[in-house]
Amino acid sequence: MSLSLDDVRRIAKLARIAVSDDEVAATQQQLNRIFGLIEEMRAVDTTGIEPMSHAQDVALRLRDDVATAANRREAFQAVAPEVDGGLYLVPKVIE
Amino acid sequence: MKWEVVIGLEVHTQLTTQSKIFSPASTAFGAAPNTQTAVVDIALPGALPVMNKAAVEKAIQFGLAIGGKVNRRSVFARKNYFYPDLPKGYQISQFELPVVEGGAITINVDGVEKTINLTRAHLEEDAGKSVHEDFHGQSGIDLNRAGTPLLEIVSEPEMRSAAEAVAYAKALYSLVTWIGICDGNMQEGSFRCDVNVSVRPFGQAEFGTRREIKNLNSFKFIEQAVHAEVRYQIELIEDGGKVQQATVLFNPDTGETRAMRSKEDAHDYRYFPDPDLPPLVIGEDWIERVRGELPELPAAMQQRFQSQYGIPAYDASTLTASKALAAFYEATVAAGADAKLASNWIMGDVSATLNREEKDITASPVSAEALAALIKRVMDNTINNKTAKDVLKKMWESGATDPSVADTIIERDGLKQETDTGAIEAIVDAVLAANPKAIEEYRSGKEKALNALVGQVMKGSGGKANPAMALELLKKKVG
Repeated sequence: MSLSLDDVRRIAKLARIAVSDDEVAATQQQLNRIFGLIEEMRAVDTTGIEPMSHAQDVALRLRDDVATAANRREAFQAVAPEVDGGLYLVPKVIE
Repeated sequence: MKWEVVIGLEVHTQLTTQSKIFSPASTAFGAAPNTQTAVVDIALPGALPVMNKAAVEKAIQFGLAIGGKVNRRSVFARKNYFYPDLPKGYQISQFELPVVEGGAITINVDGVEKTINLTRAHLEEDAGKSVHEDFHGQSGIDLNRAGTPLLEIVSEPEMRSAAEAVAYAKALYSLVTWIGICDGNMQEGSFRCDVNVSVRPFGQAEFGTRREIKNLNSFKFIEQAVHAEVRYQIELIEDGGKVQQATVLFNPDTGETRAMRSKEDAHDYRYFPDPDLPPLVIGEDWIERVRGELPELPAAMQQRFQSQYGIPAYDASTLTASKALAAFYEATVAAGADAKLASNWIMGDVSATLNREEKDITASPVSAEALAALIKRVMDNTINNKTAKDVLKKMWESGATDPSVADTIIERDGLKQETDTGAIEAIVDAVLAANPKAIEEYRSGKEKALNALVGQVMKGSGGKANPAMALELLKKKVG
């Protein structure tokens, strides 16, 4: 499988990464090389092996349901670009 | 052309946990903006999610309650999209392997039972809230809700009318509040419905193109929105148009559905397993413990009410609308009230008054024991039904937790039925003397002619006569 230039533009847009027209071709090559690697791995015979959903064969750790987090709004919002009345301000969202 | 409506629901139920699904921040509603957030909820770099055990347990409870399959292994995935109330740039949800699959819910519309199958239920985190009031041309973001645990419950597209969709939503609501995994507070968004609607010509096998109505938070809105959407789709097709798949919002003020600005990439979520979270493994012993702790479920209780108390199916289903109502009924019967009379009183005057005062049965000023004591006075003919209604009203106003209240009011206000035949006879004589025409009608075979006179006897006695006794006396005197 290989990606077209339009595929690259679409993926970049979905990931909110600005890829300029000059960079599209180079990015396409890089991504296609990754696909090449994947192709190599897919060639391995995995018949009868149950697929994993995580790189490590471990189970999810669970914690008890206790609300222990302190209110750290002031510290968190100290690094926010803009806040008002406890809210984070962001460019207008229109639905 | 005759059209068939096809409906499926996705319901987001907020789980009743103390802390969030992946962080130790509180889930309490109504706190000042952003005061209940931890590093995970605001997505500070490097912060890692740790799963809340109680959220998993509630999902297991649900899976067992609907007779579904609780997956021994399920997987969390990232659903990628950009929106400011989702600071990570993805929502942690479940995709290929949800925690619960299958199961079913029985609904009842106009006396017809129908089983609605469920596709799946999966655990996920809620997003924050955007505040669209004007902050100098910007939006405000409150992340208190971000990370609140949700169980998204997805039905098969098996409903065929707005009434069925509402019945399903209500049955599901009753179940999740019954087993206590959701507080059911719809105003606060604890139970939100997305409704998928399509139409197709009757008899056609394939589904039509569906539109999804987002975020309905009342049963009334579900009904109105489905009607509006069905009308829109049928008109569009009959005018030669084609339904485009879309996400729509319902405006309760205009009663119309309106498509949200279409985002061409909106459905490309690029799900993949979240590398921060290994698979959720649920052991057999855990499932069995939860099964053992499940309360008697509404459907089973309905059956039991019918066989144990001999009440009709309709009564049993109404009385098991909530666990609290069912408990109130059982307490009333346990305190000595006749099972059918108790049902009549609770479904009748008690429920009507609660509805009028917008109260829940748990807020009833009259206790089950006090109600039973009143019903017993009807059973032993101390007072008649009409007087009992007045007594209940007085008990309601003064509050009645003690079983002695009914007797106190009956005694104080002199409401005991007149059982002295002599006193009633005098009233009967007076009534008969004033109504020669009724007597004539009765004698010429019109049995019912005397019924009207019973009312007059009751009135003459100040409501204290026993209606059955009054009728008997009337018949005796005329006969």
